[in-house]
Amino acid sequence: MALIEIKNVKKQYTSGDDVVEALRGVDISIETGDFITIMGQSGSGKSTLLSVLGGMNHPTSGDVEMAGVKLYQLPGEKRADFRAQNLGFVFQSFNLISYLTAIENVMLPLAIVKMSTPAKRTAARSALERVGLGAKLDRLPNQLSGGEQERVAIARAIVNNPDILLADEPTGNLDSKTSEEVMALFRELNDAGQTVVMVTHNPENGAYSDRTIHLKDGMVMSGQA
Amino acid sequence: MKLHTISINNLKRRKAKMAFLTIGLMVGIATIVTLVTLTRSMSSDIERKMDEFGANILVTPQSNGLSMNYGGISLGGVTFDQREIREEDLVKIKTITNHKNISAISPKVLGGVKINDHDVLLVGVNFESELKMKQWWKIFGNEPTSGHDLLLGSDAAKVLNVSPGDNLTIKGEFFKVAGVLDQTGSQDDSLVFAGLATAQKLLGKEGKISMAEVAALCSGCPIGDMVTQIAEKIPDAKVSAIQQVVEGRLKTLDQFKRFSYAIAAVVVFIGSLIVFVTMMGSVNERTTEIGVFRAIGFRKSHIMRIILLEAALVSLLAGFLGYAVGMGGAKLALPFMAESKNAHLIWDSTVAFGSIGLALTLGLLASLYPALHASKMDPTEALRAL
Repeated sequence: MALIEIKNVKKQYTSGDDVVEALRGVDISIETGDFITIMGQSGSGKSTLLSVLGGMNHPTSGDVEMAGVKLYQLPGEKRADFRAQNLGFVFQSFNLISYLTAIENVMLPLAIVKMSTPAKRTAARSALERVGLGAKLDRLPNQLSGGEQERVAIARAIVNNPDILLADEPTGNLDSKTSEEVMALFRELNDAGQTVVMVTHNPENGAYSDRTIHLKDGMVMSGQA
Repeated sequence: MKLHTISINNLKRRKAKMAFLTIGLMVGIATIVTLVTLTRSMSSDIERKMDEFGANILVTPQSNGLSMNYGGISLGGVTFDQREIREEDLVKIKTITNHKNISAISPKVLGGVKINDHDVLLVGVNFESELKMKQWWKIFGNEPTSGHDLLLGSDAAKVLNVSPGDNLTIKGEFFKVAGVLDQTGSQDDSLVFAGLATAQKLLGKEGKISMAEVAALCSGCPIGDMVTQIAEKIPDAKVSAIQQVVEGRLKTLDQFKRFSYAIAAVVVFIGSLIVFVTMMGSVNERTTEIGVFRAIGFRKSHIMRIILLEAALVSLLAGFLGYAVGMGGAKLALPFMAESKNAHLIWDSTVAFGSIGLALTLGLLASLYPALHASKMDPTEALRAL
């Protein structure tokens, strides 16, 4: 059974009298250990699809099943718990918390987990070491470069060993050299068994993934499993 | 890393925001502390002065008669079965439950004597308590010190044709006129005052007194209770409150207190608005941050806890600082506000704990809506602001 099953997912937004169809019956199946990139032009529905996958955007119709759990049949707060236990997010603008150090930012998902503080620290340190930032644990975000901030964001997304790592344009704000390094890091994580679903508009990033799904006007054009 | 680490680090590393929030609430609390403390200190000062200004409880012997006296003009009285109070009974007044509210007891013995062929009303008093109670008395000459010193009302001195330093004979005993009172416009003008023991002896009323005036402190004003308590202790006496005095004092203090509390309420309202607006601004400013928290699996209750804990910490600090600054302000302002030079600041733990508790309550109440608003934020909407 696939790790993620998206069945006929539709999402409509209403704006005044206008109804915008962001997703028009999307079917995707993702296996454990896959590295999927979702590509498409601006407005194609890729960010909407990622937020639906992340359990943060209730689809108008259709099913999203993850690790055997029908995500949108869970009540709101249970869905939050599901995100905490099974998902890791990497955002385009890194979205690090400005008043927390690198290691504190990485420990953030563990703040709501019952675990001793030293154990949380060890897990965060090890996640930062995995992304090559073991020497900059106590730096605040504004003391780190863009690439380093992205790495902290990745470390934060993997610290709780999620089943699925979701990334929204993770190289959108990086120069090409740093982008390559970050993509290599995602590849490395995937090689170690991490399932990755990434939204990107950069075709070069597709080369790092196992499969690329192309979206256009809210529909899957190619790459559907 | 726990939820409180997020709150504490936010406050620690965003000092300007924290300072602004703390100062906003602190100013409100400090103003309240200053106003409340000043009000209480000034009330106590005014109260003390008013209480020193004459009696507000009268203890007289039980009588079945009615006095025929109005505005100092006496038409005689139809009294019978006149009793007197035993001097030793007066000690019982000091054993009543509210004995701490008694500022002074002034016993008096009254009786008619003949001096230089004139009928004069002799009043035996305890000069120490009498002079304390009647601070409006202006004495020409000296205050009586020995048992053979007299103090004369202005009219009595005129009629008897004596000045301070002259001698008078009462029932064959020599007395010295120590002082003469300036005109008071009251019945005191026509009286001759002697020491209590001397007068009792002259009038043949040893160990007895005709009446006692009691000056009771108005704090909490249990005058009615005190009247009952004294009456229970001395059943033979008629105890009555001089309502005119009691009510007057209460009204003055009440008006002053109401004015101060009205100002304090306005300040509290403004302080709460400052906290509310700042907290709301802070929540809106942190939209993205809250979106990230929600995305990584924080529950609504987690978001509320972070924001309310921040509010509680800031409010506690504002409460402590507000109390300190408020008391400092009151200390500086008191000499300018109070009339008497010996007015002292009232340090009250109720005000200390009250101000900290008030700061905490206000801070939390003003932050409740922003916290609820934050917790209900749609993570997708929040992250769309990226």
